[in-house]
Amino acid sequence: MRSSRMHELAISRALIRQVEGIAGERHAERVIRIVVRIGPLSGVEPALLRNAWSLACAGTCAADAELVVEDSPVRVRCLECGAESEVPSNRLLCGSCGRWRTQVLTGDELLLIRVELEKKHPSSNHPATTSGIRNLERVSDHV
Amino acid sequence: MCDTCGCTITEANEHLVRHGGILQHTHQGTESVLLLRSLLSENDQVATHNRQHFDARGVLAINLMSSPGAGKTSLLERTIDELGGRLRIGVIEGDLATENDARRIRAKGIPAVQITTGSACHLDAHMIHSALHELELDGLDLLFIENVGNLVCPASFDLGQHLNVTLLSVPEGDDKPQKYPVMFRTADLLAITKCDLLEYLPEFDPGRAEASLRAVGSAAPVLRLSSRPGAAIEPWCAWVAEQLETYRRRLSDGQTLRPVVAPDAEQLHASV
Repeated sequence: MRSSRMHELAISRALIRQVEGIAGERHAERVIRIVVRIGPLSGVEPALLRNAWSLACAGTCAADAELVVEDSPVRVRCLECGAESEVPSNRLLCGSCGRWRTQVLTGDELLLIRVELEKKHPSSNHPATTSGIRNLERVSDHV
Repeated sequence: MCDTCGCTITEANEHLVRHGGILQHTHQGTESVLLLRSLLSENDQVATHNRQHFDARGVLAINLMSSPGAGKTSLLERTIDELGGRLRIGVIEGDLATENDARRIRAKGIPAVQITTGSACHLDAHMIHSALHELELDGLDLLFIENVGNLVCPASFDLGQHLNVTLLSVPEGDDKPQKYPVMFRTADLLAITKCDLLEYLPEFDPGRAEASLRAVGSAAPVLRLSSRPGAAIEPWCAWVAEQLETYRRRLSDGQTLRPVVAPDAEQLHASV
């Protein structure tokens, strides 16, 4: 179960284990949304992750969850001139002076950012309404 | 926006979404949980555990990565011939199928555990941990982990190794680092292998291979090697011996050694 031909499936399975753990700890009924951030230098292809995710989440509390994949541009800081620049993932040269001694600032992330859960309601068995989810989105926009 | 990782959570608003923050719960029975943790945190924990196993015994673990057929096993055989007399070496072999590589290593009198991954395209920290149960680490100086031949997937998984060595063989072409930047930027050393073929394949320019490596921001040293009998692999053996010295020195200072680019480096960005 742990691995697959596509490492995105292995990563999806790792993600579902984390999400199930979090949902369990917090006594959530189901998972509404999962936000991940994936940079091109992480070696994970978002489209393949989405495909793999649809297999990995089946039959879990996150089966209906929306998977939001945030991208992350590759940014480097030049260790020679100090300039910061956005660069292609296979050309990590300073955009200002062109030298190669650079430090990657962003673009290598493989992060689980946030999980949105629907809680078990103590007084009723009704799940949260759609308007409630919309409200949550609005709140999140301010964050 | 956060300067470190580009996320929208800042010091000013972080408390709102952290545990107990007013934006964490809504009145409609939903909860938003901020995590900022590696997707592979489970793998990374096992990798850390593996590294602790190595460090407790002073065993330097080197992960060899390349495409299939670049000469990882041949390089190991030559390394054993050259260093086996003065350093105690163990090997973990990763392949989709067959015990062939482990057999080649065992034929040299060296303990080798073969991991057959089935259809899996990479080794992960759990597989290494299982293999460690079959390998006597006590008394070893060096552990080579020969990853599954693949220039894509193995780069994303920390195994607990101290160093990554990426091999690029002459027939593959000198532009591979920029074609597979994720893999090549993780290298602590680039070994250009099968250099005995350079005279037949003048289209491969080792200088261009090095330039391609620099273009992905890597400062890793580049060695030109051939594992053919009689070909000089002293620079490689010297590098390995030097790394072992550095590692042991760091251990005596209470530190360990990590690859120049660890797959979980995103943890740095998580510290908002």
